[in-house]
Amino acid sequence: MLIIKNLHAEVEEKEILKGIDLSVNAGEVHAIMGPNGSGKSSLASVLAGRKNFHVTRGEVIFKGKNLLDSAPEDRAREGLFLAFQYPMEIPGVSNINFLKTAIAEIRAHRNLPPLEAKEFLRMSREKQKLVEFDAQLVNRSLNEGFSGGEKKRNEIFQLAMLEPELAILDETDSGLDIDALRIVSKGVNKLRSDKNAFIIITHYQRLLEYIVPDYVHVLYDGRIVKSGTKELAMELEEKGYDWLKEEARGKETRERATI
Amino acid sequence: MPNDNEIIDNIANKEYEFGFVTDIEMDTAPVGLDESTIRYISEKKNEPEWLLNWRLKGFQAFQREKLPEWQNFPMPSIDFQKISYYAAPKSKKKYDSLDQVDPELLATFEKLGIPLSEQKTLAGVAVDVVFDSISVKTTYKEKLAELGIIFCSFGEAVQEHPELVQKYLGSVVPYSDNIFAALNAAVFSDGSFVYIPKGVRCPMELSTYFRINTENTGQFERTLIIADEGSYVSYLEGCTAPMRDENQLHAAVVELIALGNAEIKYSTVQNWYPGDKEGKGGIYNFVTKRGICKGDHGKISWTQVETGSSITWKYPSVILQGDHSTGEFYSVAVTRNRQIADTGTKMHHIGRNTRSRIISKGISAGHGNNSYRGLVQIGPKADEARNFTQCDSLLIGDQCGAHTFPYIESKNNSATVEHEATTSKIGEDQIFYLNQRGIDSEKAVALIINGYAREVLNQLPMEFAVEAQKLLSITLEGSVG
Ligand SMILES: Nc1ncnc2c1ncn2[C@@H]1O[C@H](COP(=O)(O)OP(=O)(O)OP(=O)(O)O)[C@@H](O)[C@H]1O
Ligand SMILES: [Mg+2]
Repeated sequence: MLIIKNLHAEVEEKEILKGIDLSVNAGEVHAIMGPNGSGKSSLASVLAGRKNFHVTRGEVIFKGKNLLDSAPEDRAREGLFLAFQYPMEIPGVSNINFLKTAIAEIRAHRNLPPLEAKEFLRMSREKQKLVEFDAQLVNRSLNEGFSGGEKKRNEIFQLAMLEPELAILDETDSGLDIDALRIVSKGVNKLRSDKNAFIIITHYQRLLEYIVPDYVHVLYDGRIVKSGTKELAMELEEKGYDWLKEEARGKETRERATI
Repeated sequence: MPNDNEIIDNIANKEYEFGFVTDIEMDTAPVGLDESTIRYISEKKNEPEWLLNWRLKGFQAFQREKLPEWQNFPMPSIDFQKISYYAAPKSKKKYDSLDQVDPELLATFEKLGIPLSEQKTLAGVAVDVVFDSISVKTTYKEKLAELGIIFCSFGEAVQEHPELVQKYLGSVVPYSDNIFAALNAAVFSDGSFVYIPKGVRCPMELSTYFRINTENTGQFERTLIIADEGSYVSYLEGCTAPMRDENQLHAAVVELIALGNAEIKYSTVQNWYPGDKEGKGGIYNFVTKRGICKGDHGKISWTQVETGSSITWKYPSVILQGDHSTGEFYSVAVTRNRQIADTGTKMHHIGRNTRSRIISKGISAGHGNNSYRGLVQIGPKADEARNFTQCDSLLIGDQCGAHTFPYIESKNNSATVEHEATTSKIGEDQIFYLNQRGIDSEKAVALIINGYAREVLNQLPMEFAVEAQKLLSITLEGSVG
């Protein structure tokens, strides 16, 4: 579904991603961990097409097509979804109208007729239930005045409504209380299928107990320095990142020496 | 992917939808302004002596008055001698039925989305249509008459209800109020007249549609609305004009009178031709609008969506004379290209326990220049008066300007006056967030703008809220910042 090859990207002329390789197949869940500032959100931004990130090298193939050529809205319409680490507030635009517009645009892109109002309502009710999202929040202005946790839950509600093929969750667990974490994870697990894939960015092994990943990757200084299975997350929880940082530095020095 | 600048440029190239000209035979007064012009108009309209005299006093005031200098833009020089002050479609002056209306004229209004036949009009909306200087057709008149409601052109009101006109004309906006009001008093040609009798709740929206068509003319209409004790009316005006390289002057006057316990809701969707990208052409919109709550517990509410005109200069105001009366002003003003808007309101608190609420939302794009100017005046007897003002500015791009000039004059210590103001930009992050949900940048901006203006749009009657929302989206199409 997603193939990232030797991806380099910079922001404000500073290189942030320094050669990322990653393949994600339908049905898989990949977790990405790594210290603050290592480039996790940047990777998500590049995949979603944020303007100020410039790809300098490498390529990204999504569903067999070059992803980097298309506009952010087209990537979304093709089925790429990003649950933001910091969701934006849009005053005066009701959550539900915003979703109606989004779904209409996505369906139009796929040459589907617009959803009937009744069907939309039914779907919205069903998904609210799935992620236990407060009905009052559905009618409020998009994220305006939402608490941190409410914003995160709204991201998952949107995810449930838009049914993307590839969902990237950027620290959706940060700011969630214990109950919410369980509810959100349950929702994600229900949405999991052999047709879609998830990339889950997190700092906490706890989330990965609920949403069990197939792979865990560690991003450090713009590179994936280690990949493994869920045991790797346990190891990180115990040992922290220092041993990996040293390993990575060692590797870099060796590489330089060979050149 | 277009970048910001390209998208911002696009907005400037967006064509004005209503810029066509109707080819129709007109009866036009020669250009120029002196006493004979006024006598010509008055005679054309077969007016009584008192009205001619009132016009002449207005003309004298006009000659005395100077162009204002306090506004936040250089006043363009206007050659009042180069304007024709009267233009009416030839053929019959008054239409008894639609068959007598020139088909070309009917077609024009169809094109503008204002069908003149009652079967086709929006359900529950009565329309008066003013084409250049003349009211063309008023719908649903008979139906309203059954309730004692008078809704007709100003000219007709002068003929058929002279006592009402004479009693209230100039009682809120005197002919000497300012140079544009004086000019209007001298040369006003037509407009709408509304009277709602005691205790009657007008069952439908009343609306007037203004269209400037003829070259080198000005439009000087006058609207007078009287809501008798305990009555209610909601009134809406809309307007468009052809695209021309010359600036055309629109100097209207609106007077509202709400007696005790009466309520008037007055809404405007202003879409005069705004001029082109470089600021060539467009309507000079210099308008005086004022209402008075004469009796206790009256209410006047102004709502305006201002998207057109090259210059907008208007301050719909309320004189809160009766105790416990309420004045409201809700405004969205959009300026793009080289458009200028200097608009706001005045709330004069005279009576006890009077309230006013001002919500102003300015949106500036391109090289637009948007100023809010407001005065809240609390008189010595206005015990416990309250005002709340919220004044927001939204900037799109970095070439535009937004300014606020709030004035407060309080002569009563028991009054409460609150003022809040914000300035914001449409953030790239907000647009990206919407992009990421499959919404393109144009639609994203439209969503954000409509969200920003929501509080004001919500005040409009339903049928027009949808139109206004579309108008905002179209006006700002491509204006990503
Ligand atoms: N717009 C920007 N301008 C300048 N630097 C940026 C910008 N965006 C990101 N960076 C820098 O890129 C680096 C990677 O940031 P990124 O947000 O991707 O980290 P992260 O791995 O998501 O961290 P965290 O775990 O704290 O969320 C940081 O050093 C950050 O300061
Ligand atoms: Mg991050």
